[in-house]
Amino acid sequence: MPAPFVIDHSSVTQVMAWVLVALLPGIAAHVWLFGPGILVTLALATVTAVVAEAAMLKARGYPVRPFLTDLSAIVTAWLLALCLPSLAPWWLIVTGTLFAIVVAKHLYGGLGQNVFNPAMVGYAVLLISFPVQMTSWPGPLALTGTPLSLADSAAIIFGGAPKAVLDAVTMATPLDTLRTGLLQQHTVDEIMTQPIFGHVGGAGFEWLAGAFLAGGLVLWALRIISWRVPLAFLAGVWLAAGFLHFFDAGRYGAPWFHLFAPSVMLGAFFIATDPVSGSTTPLGKLIFGFGAGVLTIIIRTWGGYPDGVAFAVLLMNVAVPLIDQYTQPRIYGGAPGREKGSSR
Amino acid sequence: MTLNEFRTLFQNGLDKQNTGLVQLLGLCPLLAISNTVVNAVSLGLATMLVMMTASGAVSSVRHFVPHEIRIPVFVLIIAALVTVVDLVMNAFVHPLYLVLGIFIPLITTNCIVLARADAFASKNHPLASVVDAFAMGLGLTAVLMVLGAMRELAGQGTLLSGIDLVFGADAKAFVLHLLPGYQGFLLAVLPPGAFIALGLLIAAHNWRRARAEKRAHAAIPVAA
Repeated sequence: MPAPFVIDHSSVTQVMAWVLVALLPGIAAHVWLFGPGILVTLALATVTAVVAEAAMLKARGYPVRPFLTDLSAIVTAWLLALCLPSLAPWWLIVTGTLFAIVVAKHLYGGLGQNVFNPAMVGYAVLLISFPVQMTSWPGPLALTGTPLSLADSAAIIFGGAPKAVLDAVTMATPLDTLRTGLLQQHTVDEIMTQPIFGHVGGAGFEWLAGAFLAGGLVLWALRIISWRVPLAFLAGVWLAAGFLHFFDAGRYGAPWFHLFAPSVMLGAFFIATDPVSGSTTPLGKLIFGFGAGVLTIIIRTWGGYPDGVAFAVLLMNVAVPLIDQYTQPRIYGGAPGREKGSSR
Repeated sequence: MTLNEFRTLFQNGLDKQNTGLVQLLGLCPLLAISNTVVNAVSLGLATMLVMMTASGAVSSVRHFVPHEIRIPVFVLIIAALVTVVDLVMNAFVHPLYLVLGIFIPLITTNCIVLARADAFASKNHPLASVVDAFAMGLGLTAVLMVLGAMRELAGQGTLLSGIDLVFGADAKAFVLHLLPGYQGFLLAVLPPGAFIALGLLIAAHNWRRARAEKRAHAAIPVAA
């Protein structure tokens, strides 16, 4: 090595472990606000991911133990599980996780080669294929009143409970409510008076967003993620939503409301920061994050689904090779302008 | 035409030069219409019919067509033949005609038809050209059938649904409900499902060929 570089000893396992730790505040808030159903979902997704990962590693002729213990499969499983309605049926969780690990990760070449964020591919597949199950979200406990026990939640997830039990606790999410209300020609102010809305975001949902934000800040404080992607993502959401809200506050939700939907915080800090499928150059990270944020608002406002974080991240994943090619940093000591060695 | 040439043509059409898995030509109808077995096979057979007649016609006139304007001439021949197929299907299998819709006239622009006309029929005897078109069409139909079966089974848990469009209302009994109570997997029916399923088929085909090649290499003793 020609220069005394500072060597960072962090391994993939350490990074992934910290990501899991940083998700814990969000999971705790989820349990507190929506009941323990998410724990069953997380466990099932984890088991499915580990089994699928081991099977794919074996089929591809890789040593199973060193790659399985890098925890990347579990991170994918947790991120996907946190995007799913917490009382989703078991086959939904298994299908999504299998798709994420087998197709989006291993068929594209495994960790480090996947073009698309595996968790978001799993989510998009489920949302497109099973729109009814994917939009049956349990309401916050403060509104539904009856907290389900862990056993009750497991019974619903594994199909052992009558459908009426699930119907009693599910309700439209804040983003759903906003979308439906706007389609019925109500103004944003009228819609916001409904009990599902809280201080800035949805009742309960805003605290979940706050917990994801806290976990994300931990990741940033440890320098596991750079500030560029999350900040650009949040700025993209805030500016795009603010721009629309400024012109017609009656028809477009407030920027803070959009920012404090949990999907945005989870997306900005945990999903768009994926080092494999995201941009790698400093300027590229800003473009990637900002683009995903703006696309999120565009899809939320004019798209066919109430939320757009997953599709926004996947669309920006496609643009990453282009972004990276045109944002190569100047090599230290090299001439300004485009480097000869940088364009491929 | 010797038996050996005959065999080569079929090997190329079904395996080595398969339009769907190796040449990757004419993917638009392949992906768009392969959501059920009946749709897929119907379009495959229609394309095969056009290919055979077009190759035969092109081969018969190959000595009279100036080289410089051969493509427009071939396209005109193909368009005329597609119109015939279009009208025949409209007359005799009208419900199916309505389902396949724009994809029947679009056979005109299918690059497989023109590719076989230009690459093979314009240089070979009519009989060989028709056999080549038949083999290529058969390979295409086979891929379409497998693709349609995969997507139909994964998407709605049935096989042969819509067969009544071809053989009349009595044929409804032929529909196989292989997965009773299946809720359906919409992705397989939508266009992305076609791309994913075709990707899997191509991968399986490449894997099979790589394995065969490895075996062939292993069989040759290496000179020291």
